[in-house]
Amino acid sequence: MILWRQLNPEGRAGAVLLATLALMALLAPLIAPGDPLALAGEPMLRPFASASHPLGTDRLGRDVLSGLLYGTRTTLLVAFFSAAVSLSVGSAVGTLAGFLGGIADTVLMRITEAFQTVPGFLLALAAISVTGPSIPTMIFAISLGTWTQAARVTRAEVLSLRERDFVAAARTLGMRPLEIAFREILPNAFGPTASLAAISVAAAILIEAALSFLGFGDPNRVTWGSMIAEGRTVLRAAPYLSIVPGLALVVTVLSVHLLGRGLSKTERLQP
Amino acid sequence: MPPLASFFLRRLASALPVLGVVLIGGFLLLEAASGDAVDSYVARSGALDAEQMAQLRTEWGLDQGPLYRFKAYASALVQGDLGWSTAFERPVGTVILERLPVTLLLMGCATALAFFLGSLLGVIAGARPGSIGDRVLSIGSLALYAIPGFWLGLVLIVIFAVDLRWLPIGGIETIASGKSGLARLGDIAVHLVLPVASLAMVYLALYLRLMRDRMSEIWRDPFVKALEARGIARRRIVWHHVARNAVLPVVTMLGLQAAAMLGGSVVVESVFAIPGFGRLAAEAVARRDTPLLLGVILCSAITVIIANLLVDLAYGKLDPRVRAGR
Repeated sequence: MILWRQLNPEGRAGAVLLATLALMALLAPLIAPGDPLALAGEPMLRPFASASHPLGTDRLGRDVLSGLLYGTRTTLLVAFFSAAVSLSVGSAVGTLAGFLGGIADTVLMRITEAFQTVPGFLLALAAISVTGPSIPTMIFAISLGTWTQAARVTRAEVLSLRERDFVAAARTLGMRPLEIAFREILPNAFGPTASLAAISVAAAILIEAALSFLGFGDPNRVTWGSMIAEGRTVLRAAPYLSIVPGLALVVTVLSVHLLGRGLSKTERLQP
Repeated sequence: MPPLASFFLRRLASALPVLGVVLIGGFLLLEAASGDAVDSYVARSGALDAEQMAQLRTEWGLDQGPLYRFKAYASALVQGDLGWSTAFERPVGTVILERLPVTLLLMGCATALAFFLGSLLGVIAGARPGSIGDRVLSIGSLALYAIPGFWLGLVLIVIFAVDLRWLPIGGIETIASGKSGLARLGDIAVHLVLPVASLAMVYLALYLRLMRDRMSEIWRDPFVKALEARGIARRRIVWHHVARNAVLPVVTMLGLQAAAMLGGSVVVESVFAIPGFGRLAAEAVARRDTPLLLGVILCSAITVIIANLLVDLAYGKLDPRVRAGR
């Protein structure tokens, strides 16, 4: 609650929006009018025309509101875990590179550079083509293209921490090098990396949406990207079928950015 | 050695190991795929019996180990041969070279639009931090930054191509229009308006924010006070001193965003049915064309490296300190 009082209005708006979205995701089975993949009624029903389908139905008669609510689940799940994986992997690689130095540093940084040179979206696409679409493979594929930033930021931080007195103290205490790297240095180097969290979550949401839009998502799950792609086939007759899930995407990404900006301006989180 | 030549040599020396890692990584990733080129060939072109499949595997070198195939691929690559696309039944290099110019044109236009309009609006916002104009532009850019390019493309299509009928709905030029010269250029330009706008908006927002934030920092710098004390016109301070210093990080970002923009062109090209490099990547995945996908990954890495090289050259022109340091 102390955190809430320190947040600026921007950050509060983001926090409230995200909490609402998380609630929508959690309660989807309770509040959704029905199964998002079931043929629920007359196809191509306009929004607000029927009480049982408040946002209308798509080309096949699937309920749009249900799709939107269940889509929140996929979006938040994939985004949260992709960001977590990419930040953990990135900070581990960055810590190793910065702490070990020498050849290990050169090799790890060349690998990081190589990953940065190939567009992250292309990497995700290639990975999905190898593993096939599912939630875990989607998380893996997205992290593949997004961990490099965390690696670079952590490495820079570790380099500046490496020569500090507390590291020398840990050495005299007889801690093993890897123990020093991960138990002493990494927690101290994590601050700047954590500030990448909002950017990572937002990037993951957009990559997931784009992959699903292109039809490389899990066919057994509703996602906003796949809803946009589905609506696109009837873009002339029913543009709202693509526009509504897109608006949900914009609101989600915007609230992540707002919260991220709010948090980065909170003094408490600055190390 | 002239400084420019040694600069290029040094960049080449650092680019080669990176490309090597991309090559090995890409090869390993695609090696993990289930099913090989023969399976995908059979899936598309109909039944072959087991004997014919085995024969084809021998012919394509697939009965050998991965190390053998990697060596074969790498030695062909050194000679500029990227292999054979199973989906297009043509050499990978030819297919990619056909598709690359359109995407480079798209990316070039989008980068130019995002950079010039983004930094111009950034200067307007950053000229008076905290003013109404600054707040409106800041909120606008935050919203713009949250919009996925492919969705923006669909919305623009609905408005400008379906409802207003001002612009074409997709493609890169009117098919079989018989146009040539300037008329054809105009036709392509009209087709590019919506895709360029969809691709550029995110970066426009990013550059606007970067320019604005940097400018509001520079205003606090003592040298600005000194300029004001000397009675130099505000307009001149804004453009010649504050904005000029603030544009450098934006130029750096231009290079960093080259890879992201190439990734973004995959979806935007699919939305607008543009036969470019990005859509080729999606097609390679959808049609399980492994050699093509590996070629696409390698060529995108090379494109990004060249883009960064160009940005560094431009940076040297803008920042005298870098030029001296080289």
